[in-house]
Amino acid sequence: MPIQIITIYDITESKRINGINYASLSILLNEISMLLLNNKKTFKGGVHPKAYKELTENLPFEIMPAPKQVIIPLSQHTGKPARPLIKKGNEVKTGELIAEQNGFISSNIHSSVTGKVIKIGQAVNSTGLLRESIFIETYETEEFIKLPPLNIEKVSSEEIILRVKEAGIVGLGGAAFPTHVKLSPPPDKKIDYVILNGCECEPYLTRDYRLMLERTDDVISGLRLIMKAVNVNKGIIGIEDNKIEAIQKLEKAVSNFPEISVIALKTKYPQGAEKMLIKAATKREVPPGKLPFDVGCIIQNIGTAVSIYDAVTNGEPQITAALTVSGKGIYQPKNLIVKVGTPLMDVLNFCGGIKEDAVKIIVGGPMMGFAQYDLSVPITKATSGILVLTKEEAFNFDETNCLRCGKCVEVCPLNLIPTRLARLTQFERYDDAKKLGITVCMECGTCTFNCPANIPLVQWIRLGKQKVVSLT
Amino acid sequence: METLNKLELSSSPHVHSKWSTKKVMWFVVLSLIPPLISGVIFFGIYQLLIVLVCVLFAAGTEAIIKKIRRKKITIDDGSAVITGLLLGLILPPNFSLSAAALGSIFSIAIGKELFGGLGYNIFNPALIGRAFLQAAFPVAMTTWSKPNFSVDTISSATPLAAYKFDRVLTKLEPMIIGNISGSIGETSAIAILAGGIFLIAVGIVNWRIPLSMITGMILFSGIFWIIDPIKYPNPLFHIFAGGFLLGAFYMATDWVTSPVTSKGMWIFGFCISLIIVVIRIFGGLPEGVMYAILIMNAFVPLINRLTVPKIFGEQSRSKQ
Repeated sequence: MPIQIITIYDITESKRINGINYASLSILLNEISMLLLNNKKTFKGGVHPKAYKELTENLPFEIMPAPKQVIIPLSQHTGKPARPLIKKGNEVKTGELIAEQNGFISSNIHSSVTGKVIKIGQAVNSTGLLRESIFIETYETEEFIKLPPLNIEKVSSEEIILRVKEAGIVGLGGAAFPTHVKLSPPPDKKIDYVILNGCECEPYLTRDYRLMLERTDDVISGLRLIMKAVNVNKGIIGIEDNKIEAIQKLEKAVSNFPEISVIALKTKYPQGAEKMLIKAATKREVPPGKLPFDVGCIIQNIGTAVSIYDAVTNGEPQITAALTVSGKGIYQPKNLIVKVGTPLMDVLNFCGGIKEDAVKIIVGGPMMGFAQYDLSVPITKATSGILVLTKEEAFNFDETNCLRCGKCVEVCPLNLIPTRLARLTQFERYDDAKKLGITVCMECGTCTFNCPANIPLVQWIRLGKQKVVSLT
Repeated sequence: METLNKLELSSSPHVHSKWSTKKVMWFVVLSLIPPLISGVIFFGIYQLLIVLVCVLFAAGTEAIIKKIRRKKITIDDGSAVITGLLLGLILPPNFSLSAAALGSIFSIAIGKELFGGLGYNIFNPALIGRAFLQAAFPVAMTTWSKPNFSVDTISSATPLAAYKFDRVLTKLEPMIIGNISGSIGETSAIAILAGGIFLIAVGIVNWRIPLSMITGMILFSGIFWIIDPIKYPNPLFHIFAGGFLLGAFYMATDWVTSPVTSKGMWIFGFCISLIIVVIRIFGGLPEGVMYAILIMNAFVPLINRLTVPKIFGEQSRSKQ
């Protein structure tokens, strides 16, 4: 194992001495050498959905003004909902703590606007469920409350983790896992790498790409803060090789930091899944049921690194979400910085509104995001995108019988047999499904995407997983 | 808010690859045109009629059975057309039209619909039809026409029969081009490779099955050839003779009747070649591709069961 890691370093080392066009050439050379060494930086399986990144990749972030009213859910993270600290009628300032962490796996929540609490009650969230939320009416003038800024060079590990916890930072990769928990691995686990996830393998989304371009140095500072927090001296930034500009910019920026390397990974969905990224970057495999730190890795999203940087140097809590609004069904696709709690409707109107032929509105990416039926659903900390898809994009056709073509088996990144897992679920044979590893499935949707018979494989598996979990 | 009412709700993923069953099937139909053309060139325009009869009866049988079973008629998915086409291509040239129609009906009715239709059949329907015809019309099924540009003035035997019964080894060039006796679509290696490579290139056919069959054939027939190069023909002859290539690219690769795991595909292909070699060398029949594939079709569920891949990150299955 260590030998292979050295090879990875050698190659990235050599890429750093680059001219303008050298990066793409080096990627090519890298690819060839990887092929010859059978050491290609990717994983087995995966698919190539049409990326549609061109809709927003060249648009700089715009800051959306605060809406008239925000709905801030108390549960924007994995774990227990936060405990509200304010009551109806209270006045709050931007950045004020309005709900505190409740239990170990939970997160602080701050007000994203200055205004008055008008209600604490149930509101639909992006998964379609009702969740306790704080409704705040916005005032015209905004007042900020910030945490005291810390000196980025002198700050200690404990101070960083405390700040991350205070600022209520959650992972922006999708699951919204509270970051301070992730930065406190069990002491018996030896961590070798901090890996920043810049893959952004979901089609349409360009948030991480824009952050890498517009806030290059902050991404690296954020990574260095994470490395300091967990006391690790090797950092990797993994980026899919279709984001050449971001790779070039980051490579230039890390040239002063020999402990950080930028790695170009093959563009393939789901390259940004934790297990796939670790495999591609370090050749290590996370066993079923284990977590990245079991193989000595901590993964953080690009957006999380920027949030950590903002929290430490500027004392800003996580009250905005950087996201991509895209799809052919929206008039003006944009990359936006939006206040947490902004209803979807306001964001869509800010982007020129929905076209007539829109058929689907999705929060998140098209492969793993959630379809919406209620446009009052609020933006949360971890919202990475809002997509408005037309009929043509949300291409669909009637389901036919399984042809046993094995296309799902071929592309499953976790080496499962989706067709059989789906069928076992249909027949309610949950024991057999469990034996074949149904709980290992990460629901990336690659199987359904690739199924010529259009069988809702991952959907069946999702159901089966829930049954298996509830039965055990 | 009007748009809201027509918003679609579904669970992720919300996008799909552009490949549907229907599109795949019609691409396969397209890929069968080169072998069909070679059949017409070498054996005359009448062969087109045979294939047409097979296609029409296959599609018609499917429609009637679906109607009787009160199911949706699905001729437009192209699968019955493929079965008809394939059956037509593996019949001897100038075969009786009524017998061809009978075989086609049998293919669909017994080979496919009896099992529940597309996706449920265990055996390759076209091969089932041919096996039925072989049993019902043994003489007609082994009466071969001479190809149009034949240089051999006396014999119309297929290369395999010529070798088996007369120890005559056909030259390689006519076998590659297709200027030999044999079934309508199986003689021209170039035509089959053109269609087969197209199917592999667009990702419909999994390359593992043809490759494992070819390497398996080289290996198994090679062993005999090394033992006695005079008594046993060389591996190249085995590959280009008879229905081997058509079987490797079009029959064994049938999605429904081949394994789903990559390891399983290798095992499947190797075993088919082994059985072909055994039949060709030790059997009473000169050719064994059809039976080899049908036999291995029966083992597919078992192969799938035994070749469950190791889950990502798993050390070994026994440790679970």
